[in-house]
Amino acid sequence: MNSLILREATRLLVALMLLFSIFMLLRGHNEPGGGFIGGLIAAIAFALYALATDAQAVRKALRADPRVIAAVGLGLAIGSGFLALLEPAPFLTGQWTTVGDFKAGTPLPFDIGVYLVVVGAVLTIVLGIKEQQADVEDDPVEPEDRR
Amino acid sequence: MAAASKADAPVPLFSRLIVLLPATLFVWFLTFLPEVSGGAVLTWKVSWIPQLGIDLSFMVDGLSLLFALLITGIGSFILLYASDYMRGYPQVGRFTLFLVSFMLAMLGLVLSDNLIALFVFWELTTITSFLLIGYTHEDAAARRSALQGLFVTGAGGLAMLAGFILLGQAAGTYSLSEILANPDALRGHADYLPILILVLCGAFTKSAQFPFHFWLPNAMAAPTPVSAYLHSATMVKAGVFLLARFTPVLGDTEVWMATLTIFGAVTTVYASIIALTRTDLKQVLAYTTVMALGACVMFLGAPTRAEGGDPSIGLIAAVTFIFVHALYKAALFMVAGNIDHEAGTRELSRLGGLRRAMPWTFAAAALAGLSMAGLPPFVGFIGKELLYKGALAWPAEPYIAVAAIVAAKVMMVTVALLVAVLPFFGAQRDLPKRPHEAPITMWIGPIVLGVIALFGGLLPDLTAETLLLPAAAAVMGYQPDYEVKLWHGVNIPLILSGITVATGALIYAKRATLLAALSRGVAALPLTGDRAYDKVMVWLAEFAAWQTRWLQGGVQRRYILVVFMTLGAALAVTILVRDALVWPLPQVSANFVEWGVAALIVAATISTLLADSRLLAICSLGVVGAGVALIFLLFGAPDVAMTQLLVETLVVVIVAIVLLKLPDFRGEKRPTSAGRVRDALVAGVVGVCTTLIVLSVTAQPPQRAITDYFEENSVPGGFGRNIVNVILVDFRALDTLGEVAVVAVAGVAAYALIMLRPRRRSGKRGEETGT
Repeated sequence: MNSLILREATRLLVALMLLFSIFMLLRGHNEPGGGFIGGLIAAIAFALYALATDAQAVRKALRADPRVIAAVGLGLAIGSGFLALLEPAPFLTGQWTTVGDFKAGTPLPFDIGVYLVVVGAVLTIVLGIKEQQADVEDDPVEPEDRR
Repeated sequence: MAAASKADAPVPLFSRLIVLLPATLFVWFLTFLPEVSGGAVLTWKVSWIPQLGIDLSFMVDGLSLLFALLITGIGSFILLYASDYMRGYPQVGRFTLFLVSFMLAMLGLVLSDNLIALFVFWELTTITSFLLIGYTHEDAAARRSALQGLFVTGAGGLAMLAGFILLGQAAGTYSLSEILANPDALRGHADYLPILILVLCGAFTKSAQFPFHFWLPNAMAAPTPVSAYLHSATMVKAGVFLLARFTPVLGDTEVWMATLTIFGAVTTVYASIIALTRTDLKQVLAYTTVMALGACVMFLGAPTRAEGGDPSIGLIAAVTFIFVHALYKAALFMVAGNIDHEAGTRELSRLGGLRRAMPWTFAAAALAGLSMAGLPPFVGFIGKELLYKGALAWPAEPYIAVAAIVAAKVMMVTVALLVAVLPFFGAQRDLPKRPHEAPITMWIGPIVLGVIALFGGLLPDLTAETLLLPAAAAVMGYQPDYEVKLWHGVNIPLILSGITVATGALIYAKRATLLAALSRGVAALPLTGDRAYDKVMVWLAEFAAWQTRWLQGGVQRRYILVVFMTLGAALAVTILVRDALVWPLPQVSANFVEWGVAALIVAATISTLLADSRLLAICSLGVVGAGVALIFLLFGAPDVAMTQLLVETLVVVIVAIVLLKLPDFRGEKRPTSAGRVRDALVAGVVGVCTTLIVLSVTAQPPQRAITDYFEENSVPGGFGRNIVNVILVDFRALDTLGEVAVVAVAGVAAYALIMLRPRRRSGKRGEETGT
């Protein structure tokens, strides 16, 4: 989409939305929010960016293939569950430690994993569609072949 | 085949270092030997999903320790061997990862104390086997073999899972050690027969019993280290292991003994005949593996006590043979790999005179071959004598067992000669490569295994007391009082041994004539397992095509229709049959704002129905979604509302990307008026039924138990005030994990669909989809 307003507004919005998505991720444990919601916000931010520019720019901004991001997220979520086995407690039992006033526990990496999976999976689809369109435009196919 | 040009590529460091992993594990397992051979059973347990009785628990007894030592010991040599064998192959790192994953899965399988965990490890070995057989995935034959192994063993594995669940229900526990502690509970249970059949399906497919044997010879498409490790020494023994594990609880019945004897005997005889008709060294070895597995299964069908209460020789023979076979077969496969690697061919007709060029490989072949042929003083001799004794002691019809085992043993002598003599003696023929000795990493393994076979036979007391009898004790359920000796004096088994060696040598000498006759006979067989598999696959593909045409014709409208018809039918049936409706319906009380939102949703719905452009339709639908989100918000579910709103936004953004490229609504074929009536009917049924059910549910007094639990435990148990999120990441984290896994898979699957480029008509459509 070639719109100057959208393009310029997006540059500002994307940064704000990404910041907001991390805020939502972190506050999720006590207030509405969490990894799934944060991940959706970040995914929308990048999707908007893809709409305003092109898939190539989004890939550059992401620095990693979205499929890899999803895989890393899934690995992080699974890996955080294994820490419970050191206790030993059933898989995925939350493990907590207190550093001063600050409580840290395995649900946080688990939620970050959820965040990354959502971002990765959604952007895999969005960028795929976007790139496929660009391909089709470069290289038109006979209409009856388009299924 | 390793590309000759890349054969001098350096060996990556990791592929050498990884050998330390199985080697360390092997030494660690050795430290268990004194305690376990004294009769102790070591267990280790962590709860996994305690609510379902699923634990990560391990049990080390004689049987699992024997297998663990074989897996790690042979695994060390295989990894060392592979580091040089795989030199020059692409993606050696991936190969090493698969091989090590397989090893760990196999260890988990034999050590697991929980049926469900055992099943998971079982399937992991199936999957890693699939990846390893299909490692050279550019090759269509390798792909077919990989899929074939996956389908056959995977189908058997599913049957086994069903059997395990029945077993767990019948025994009241999924813990193996608890099931084994109460050995007589299952034999008389009403579900004994279904349990037995289902578990046998798993064991017979995995251990390549006739008629499921065909996948194993095809699995030889894998690189030789894989064949040596998975498809001779370890993975295919998983089925035998399973039978041995369950012998104390499922064995000793008429149906158990009859089934195992018949399937084992048929497999043994059939495979020994086919082995003769093969001319590829690896194929010959593969069929002798099928034969050996048949013999193991047959002997596990022996009763746990002989007449008069003596220990069952049949079961001791089975355990001994598992050990003997793993040693010589892994060694011989590595020898075959060396010959292939250094001489360039595995065709028996082209091999000869390699003795001088490959002295160490020849030494390894001789050691392993002597053990396979069952000549004294090798452990193979002890194994063979035990097999004869066990067969002679068979309770009913010992002749079947004796005949089958004599046939197998004759064949083993012949094959031992084929592998250890034919390639190394006689005149050297014209070979694709100038043969030379393989590097030390590739012959040290088979030599050491051969030497162990030698010393195992020279020191029968030590082998039996530390390894074999403890394992046999786990199979029989009691400590056997039996002395394993190398020399029993002149008796019937010894005479049988003499006959087999002579006959085997005779067959070897007259091979050419026999081969021609047998090949004709085999070609005339009306239906082999392999051909039956092809038929089933064709039928499966046709069925899939038919139901895809019917359900997924490619018209979105039809998909939606099917989904909603199913939903509507399910709801209507629930209301009518399950008597779910509360009548009269409760009064709905709502305030002004709530009515306002409801009116907004209705208005947006009508606007969607009447829209004549895609953009308007999507925007109207977005308003419906936003209205639903508002309702969530009004009723105090901000997380749900927020998620709903974000998903709506995302849908609008994605649709906006696609929308710009789609042709106009109005140009499309609209449904006929009859079609519209049908659509309206389906939509109406779904809407009315949903409303009725929601109203009926809200008419019930709310169930507070779960809510109260989470409200009380969220802060003390999960350290979070947002109950929804604490449930998601802590209380029900396993559900969330399942969901994100689905999200990730859906993303990748959608990507694959998007990337399926429509091909030009000149291109070959569908050629790639079959892979």
